[in-house]
Amino acid sequence: MSAPHAEQVTSALPHEPEKATLEGRNKVLAFWLFLGGESVLFGTLFATFLALREQIADGPSADELFKLPTVAAATFILLVSSLTSVFAIQAMHKGNRKSLSLWLIVTVILGLGFLGLEIYEFAEYVNHEKFGMTTSAFSSAFYTLVGFHGAHVLFGVVWISLLIGQLAKKGLTVVTAPKIYVSAMYWHFIDVVWVFIFTVVYLLGKVG
Amino acid sequence: MAHAHSVKRHTGLMDWLTTVDHKKIGILYLIAGALFFGIGGIEALMIRWQLIKPMNDFVSAQTFNELITMHGTTMIFLGVMPLIFALMNAVVPLQIGARDVAFPFLNSLGFWTFLFGGILLNISWMMGGAPDAGWTAYTPLSTTAYSGTHGVDFYTVGLQIAGLGTLIGGINFLATVITMRAPGMTFMRMPMFTWTAFITSAIILFAFPAITVGLVLLSFDRILGANFFEVSNGGNPVLWQHIFWIFGHPEVYILILPAFGVISDVIPTFARKRLFGYSSMVFATILIAFLGFMVWAHHMFTTGMGPVANALFSISTMLIAVPTGIKIFNWLFTLWGGQIRFTSANLYASGFIPTFVMGGVTGVMLASAPADYQFHDTYFVVAHFHYVIVGGLVLGLFSGLHYWWPKMFGRVLDEKLGKIGFWFFIIGFHLTFFVQHFLGLMGMQRRIFTYLPGQGFDTLNLVSTVGALMMGVGVLVFLLNVVVTTRRPADAPNDPWEDGRTLEWSIPSPPPEYNFKQTPLVRGLDAYWKEKMAGHTEMTPAEPVGPIHMPSASILPFVMSVGIFVAGLGFMYHQYLVVGLGLIVTFVCMAIRSLYDDHGWHIDPEETTEKGVKA
Amino acid sequence: MKRLLPLFAGLVLLLSACGREDLSALRPQGPVAQGQFDLMKLSIAIMIVVLLIVFGIAAYVWVRFRRRPGQTDIPEQVEGNFKLEVLWTVIPLVLVLILGVATVQKVFSYGENYWNDKNAVKVKVTSHQFWWEFNYPDYGVTTAQDLVIPTGKKIAFQLKTADVLHSFWVPSLAGKTDTNPEGAINNAWFTADKEGVYLGKCAELCGQSHGLMEFKVKAVSQASFDSWVKAMKEPVAMPEDKATAEVFKNQCLTCHAIGSEGGPSAPNLTGIGGRESVASILINGTDGTAKENLKTWLEDPQAVKPGNKMPNPKKDLKLTDEQIDAIADYLANSKLKTQ
Repeated sequence: MSAPHAEQVTSALPHEPEKATLEGRNKVLAFWLFLGGESVLFGTLFATFLALREQIADGPSADELFKLPTVAAATFILLVSSLTSVFAIQAMHKGNRKSLSLWLIVTVILGLGFLGLEIYEFAEYVNHEKFGMTTSAFSSAFYTLVGFHGAHVLFGVVWISLLIGQLAKKGLTVVTAPKIYVSAMYWHFIDVVWVFIFTVVYLLGKVG
Repeated sequence: MAHAHSVKRHTGLMDWLTTVDHKKIGILYLIAGALFFGIGGIEALMIRWQLIKPMNDFVSAQTFNELITMHGTTMIFLGVMPLIFALMNAVVPLQIGARDVAFPFLNSLGFWTFLFGGILLNISWMMGGAPDAGWTAYTPLSTTAYSGTHGVDFYTVGLQIAGLGTLIGGINFLATVITMRAPGMTFMRMPMFTWTAFITSAIILFAFPAITVGLVLLSFDRILGANFFEVSNGGNPVLWQHIFWIFGHPEVYILILPAFGVISDVIPTFARKRLFGYSSMVFATILIAFLGFMVWAHHMFTTGMGPVANALFSISTMLIAVPTGIKIFNWLFTLWGGQIRFTSANLYASGFIPTFVMGGVTGVMLASAPADYQFHDTYFVVAHFHYVIVGGLVLGLFSGLHYWWPKMFGRVLDEKLGKIGFWFFIIGFHLTFFVQHFLGLMGMQRRIFTYLPGQGFDTLNLVSTVGALMMGVGVLVFLLNVVVTTRRPADAPNDPWEDGRTLEWSIPSPPPEYNFKQTPLVRGLDAYWKEKMAGHTEMTPAEPVGPIHMPSASILPFVMSVGIFVAGLGFMYHQYLVVGLGLIVTFVCMAIRSLYDDHGWHIDPEETTEKGVKA
Repeated sequence: MKRLLPLFAGLVLLLSACGREDLSALRPQGPVAQGQFDLMKLSIAIMIVVLLIVFGIAAYVWVRFRRRPGQTDIPEQVEGNFKLEVLWTVIPLVLVLILGVATVQKVFSYGENYWNDKNAVKVKVTSHQFWWEFNYPDYGVTTAQDLVIPTGKKIAFQLKTADVLHSFWVPSLAGKTDTNPEGAINNAWFTADKEGVYLGKCAELCGQSHGLMEFKVKAVSQASFDSWVKAMKEPVAMPEDKATAEVFKNQCLTCHAIGSEGGPSAPNLTGIGGRESVASILINGTDGTAKENLKTWLEDPQAVKPGNKMPNPKKDLKLTDEQIDAIADYLANSKLKTQ
């Protein structure tokens, strides 16, 4: 394991700065592992949701509740944000800091847009559909699964914003690059989770 | 060095609060684990004292249920798991020839979150009552309708926080083993303890998130009024059982695999012979971990899953006997033809083999679903899992502690006291638990706070209690041994057992802060033994002497854990302002960690030419 | 193997001597428990072979290969032995398969559902903190604590709980089945070969008095069973003393039922004077103890079964000692008119 430590890399930034140091490579590896654990976490939440989705008690059913246009818009926004974070990493690999920052900012804005839609959706359900956490087993499972995802998006937005700040202050280095890289991995992951939520929660709720 | 950083070095308490050195974190885990192990042990003795005779009234029914819940939870999550992490921290980096773990900061964070989770769980005794629904916390008994105190909230929130620490530790050790191995240390040259630590970490990674979700669901039901397990609103109590055991069964292998690893390192050392069938040992470990995820429902044979599910889970469970059997015979044939020395460490390892086999065979018996309809939830099961966890894991831990104590503290534990402690513990153990098999078959259910006289239970329960007291004496003798040994000079040589085979025995006891002055070159399995056989006294270095990069100490992990602790406490009592405050502390610490780069510091070659800088 | 047989025979004998006939899983009194015991014996036999082999090898190597003083030579470093390793992979696999086949066979036979079998006696079991309710839908009879069944017949159960999870277990007749809430009702069955009283227990932690949540299974001849059913349906006399009858009706029958009177939320009291126990753990012996036991219970139910749901007759219901005595006397003498 002869990769140099961070402070030993002084020359020009290599092509994949996130993997230039031992710390960077460790970080990327550990983040893959972390996402493995996260998969089990969401897997269990999905299993719970699937087990309870028909249990609506006196509350509204999925079919009565969901309005696909809003959800489709949210899905579109999040998918695009995944694309913009790909652009960000491409810019990073080219060593283009300005372009990198720009794409990260776009990603954050899209993330905020998604969150706004989700909050709006939840507020609609609670205020107009009498569909809260305590309504039924279905409602509990719905808010927990989708809410967990939403909390992940919120964390991602704050995290990436912080990284944009660091990028401005410290520049693109072998220290900042792995952070940006793993944040992009994280962002893709929550995007993939959302695709499953869109399918299992919303589409299945409308169709099944 | 272009930019050698001057670093503030802490001393005393501050040193322990801020340390990121895996050896010191190992000691912290040891102290914390031993503390909780002691608390769990006292709870066990109180349980046994209550059951010493029929219709005893030493404790009330409510207190008894709190005792059994806390005994199980404390022992598993806060007692033996940290002790496993203590050994992993103390040994794994040394065995792979690394100067530290992959993430020293996370290592510290993992410890402190575990500790604060454990403290949170245990302060329940002083805050209105401990959890009382069993360590399995089956719903609906664990919901607010039937468990009205905050006890189960302490359980969900405390375990959540402690579990977070465990998960962090697991990821850290996975990454450490994957990336930090010394040159030449291929996967198939790793010592078995490192292998089992690696596989255990993998199981932690894939099993703990399930219980994280389970605990979230239960705490949402209890605190936010959600309906996951509330039947009248469509909830499903059986769902909890599935989630709990999808985590819970792999947890058993999280516990036992490191013990297998300890035994696989101790036996070759004291038999002066390489481990028999190393590759099949590795293979068996991986297979056990894999099968461990396929068998969870054997805890639920009487739940009513139907014959098809019961048959499938019976068969998959029985299959685990095969890789486990491979291990047993490999150990026996390691001893075969060796020159066995019965040190305390090896006594514990030798006691482990027959004891664990007994736990294993009752495991196969339990796997047979129709017979399990009789065994389930009786003292037969209690006997079985104590044979596996105490007779397997705890004997393994004691073996490992005696074995690596000189490496951790520079002092060899007193052999005489070690042996006395061993005999008390193992005789007491078999007295306590062997008779419980029969109690179960004779109709005594588990988790009962008392029993009517005249059922044939009286004598065996008395025997069991006497055995438990003997085990207590065994543990006290071990503590005495620690005290006695600590007052002696720290003069253990590098290789105090003289037949050490793995890398940790090639460096001083205890090792210097940086472990290896020069990263060693590994030329085969049992790297150090190989060098000794070639006539060398130390490892061949893989690099020239140079400055050694060290990570900086940090108080942030401690503060972050305090933040989580405060937030958890606030959540239980619906004080959302407190929750916010606690989380802000934690997140601000995370931001600080991200914003201020930690460049670490260096130890210069001149310093390492001495006996080593003070660790 | 031949030499081991007497050993097994001895062991089985030893096992069979374990525990009370009416309680121990090792002394089966019906075909289900018998089959489960047979499976236990098979698995124990296999496991003892394994144990003997392991213990034998272990003892041999510990003695034979101890390090002698001054021994400094290096033993041969054996890497492994392919043939041996295959051997101890295959043999356990075969042993496991033998047990596996027997297991699967029995899983399906005990998993049979006899609820719709015309010859079976149907019983709906409902568990409560901390008592058992038994309802015979075919006969319109409900009782508590004492489950009366005819010998030689399949008894088909539907099990559920009214509150937390419990588990229905009569060790000498059959293994246990959990009682889940509505929506996850379980089925089970067993048969008692001989007449007798068998002990039943709750086997799932269900709260404070989990350990005291017992019940009895009374296996009787078909004729006695029929007359029991008939007697259960006959009207039950109220206390003769008007004042006692008033108190009993207003205070007890709001939850309990007796005969055709009263509510369903507490144990049915029909024929309570003739039962095996009061509250399942105060065992009724010869004449007179039933009343004493009832008084003990009524004086302070929490002292007998902590955590139970019954209000305290003295503190909560304001009953006097005389009233408690009168009610205990009435209940102790309220027996079924069976031939």
